[in-house]
Amino acid sequence: MDAVKNGTRALRADLQVIADLVEPGSRVLDVGCGDGALLTYLNAQKRVDGRGVELSQSGVNSCVAHGLSVIQGDADTDLKDYPSDAFDYVILSQTLQATHNPKRVVSEMVRIGRRAIVSFPNFGFWRVRLNLLVGGRMPVTEALGYAWYETPNIHLCTLKDFVAMCREVGVTIEKGIALAHTGHAGDIHPTGLFTNWLAEQGVYLLKRDGD
Amino acid sequence: MTSPPGSSPGFESPAIDIGNLPGHSVELGRDAPLVLDCGVTLSPFTVAYQTYGELNAGKSNAVLVCHALTGDQFVAESHPVTGKEGWWEKMVGPGKPLDTERYFIICANVLSGCMGTTGPRSENPETGKPYGLDFPVITVRDMVNAQKLLIDHLGIGQLFCVIGGSMGGMQVLQWAVSYPELVFAAVPIAASARHSAQNIAFHEIGRQAIMADPDWNGGDYYSRDTRPHSGLAVARMVAHITYLSEPALQRKFGRMLQDRPEVTYGFDADFRVESYLRHQGITFVERFDANSYLYITRAMDYFDLAEEHDNVLARAFPETPVRFCVISFTSDWLFPTSESRAMVHALNAVAANVSFVEIDADGGHDSFLLDVPELHATLSGFLDGAAEHRGIT
Repeated sequence: MDAVKNGTRALRADLQVIADLVEPGSRVLDVGCGDGALLTYLNAQKRVDGRGVELSQSGVNSCVAHGLSVIQGDADTDLKDYPSDAFDYVILSQTLQATHNPKRVVSEMVRIGRRAIVSFPNFGFWRVRLNLLVGGRMPVTEALGYAWYETPNIHLCTLKDFVAMCREVGVTIEKGIALAHTGHAGDIHPTGLFTNWLAEQGVYLLKRDGD
Repeated sequence: MTSPPGSSPGFESPAIDIGNLPGHSVELGRDAPLVLDCGVTLSPFTVAYQTYGELNAGKSNAVLVCHALTGDQFVAESHPVTGKEGWWEKMVGPGKPLDTERYFIICANVLSGCMGTTGPRSENPETGKPYGLDFPVITVRDMVNAQKLLIDHLGIGQLFCVIGGSMGGMQVLQWAVSYPELVFAAVPIAASARHSAQNIAFHEIGRQAIMADPDWNGGDYYSRDTRPHSGLAVARMVAHITYLSEPALQRKFGRMLQDRPEVTYGFDADFRVESYLRHQGITFVERFDANSYLYITRAMDYFDLAEEHDNVLARAFPETPVRFCVISFTSDWLFPTSESRAMVHALNAVAANVSFVEIDADGGHDSFLLDVPELHATLSGFLDGAAEHRGIT
């Protein structure tokens, strides 16, 4: 528990990539903060003013009991309450695909944050494609660990799909990072053809067009 | 008020002796009069309060605990009138979430209360007799302004935390609105930013019960031998039901009979739940003044933080520096979670630092007074985090 509190526990691969994008001392809103691992790390290692929103009540209660500022809320409905530019970063990790309206969620994120950081599983990953192509069944992989009938992931997309959506809603991609199956992160061109085959997850740093 | 034979709950009890209460008492408002919301000026007035723990050298560890409607300053010690344990002894003490080895805990009897702070039972300096209904109607803001004068008197520049449940939570919110720079952290529990129509309605029943008691005598009963105990007890009985939950009542009492094998075909307390409620009524009148009950319920009814901000609650908290921890309980139908959520939405709208926890507990509104481990864990975690930011070791 001390490792958790000090933020020295090893972070999930995509969370570490996200954490590395955050400037020290900034104001951060982590939407879908889960057990608070990223917030704890950012508080301890980057001295951020961190807040969280989490759907599950047990996750919220555990976060608050560990001293984090977290509220129970829903990415789809509760982001509209926040004023514009309230945060330096609004983070959405591995949650976009479970939202009802990903377009609106991303738009709200770049409204209330000067930057938004989104990570999600890439449905264009070759194993996912192969799964469906050869096996003929809905893909179940490490990053997509649910059977079709119980998955919370209702809006899956590929890296290319995400890039196209950003263009559509007026969001500029400042940086795109692909995570390979090994968890290895290497800079990629946001629209790279092979990246969309090779990346198991994508992490994107976003801002409003024109800002 | 006559009752059918055998049904009188028997409201005979000794008068409250508040002449020798333990704790502190201070006369305030002589230099800086307290101007009440109703326009009347109170000067001077008395505040009775109790403290636990020690104020540190930097005066940074003071926690103001705000009590609820029928609470008082005896938070963590046996009550001088009833002998029962302090109303928040589970929460306040060495090693507890409000750790008296770490924090300096202050709790003051609210203005218009009946445990030593000036209220309708106090002597009206103009007449030399108890105020009765000549006491001015007070508001939650008046209560908080009186507490502010106490904090000034104690030489405390900023409170580390203001915390309380129910009406205590209303005071917490009022503190954050009136004196945001003086509050580092605020914990409103089972509270609301405005008293709902349903809650006003229940209070009105309680007040009508008191005022319908002939012994109330227009509020002028202090010089008489009798007190409006029946009315006050009925008010307490109604209110007490609203503090519980249906499942908790069912679990505790069901349809069990009270010390009898079968119903008696009369109006005696056949059911255990009736006996319990009567007991609640009888014990309450021993320690509480009926007029204080009228005044304090009224203060709660008038509470609406959004009213003077065009009903936009967020405007009551512009750029608030306060760290909030809002807590509600699943079974609380008097101050339901939706009320806390409305507060949280308003605080989000000003990007305030806010935590919000709904705790699964079946004890109803009174859950904040009960042994609910998740409440303790939440408070400990929040206070630890806040203390770290405030630099309290």
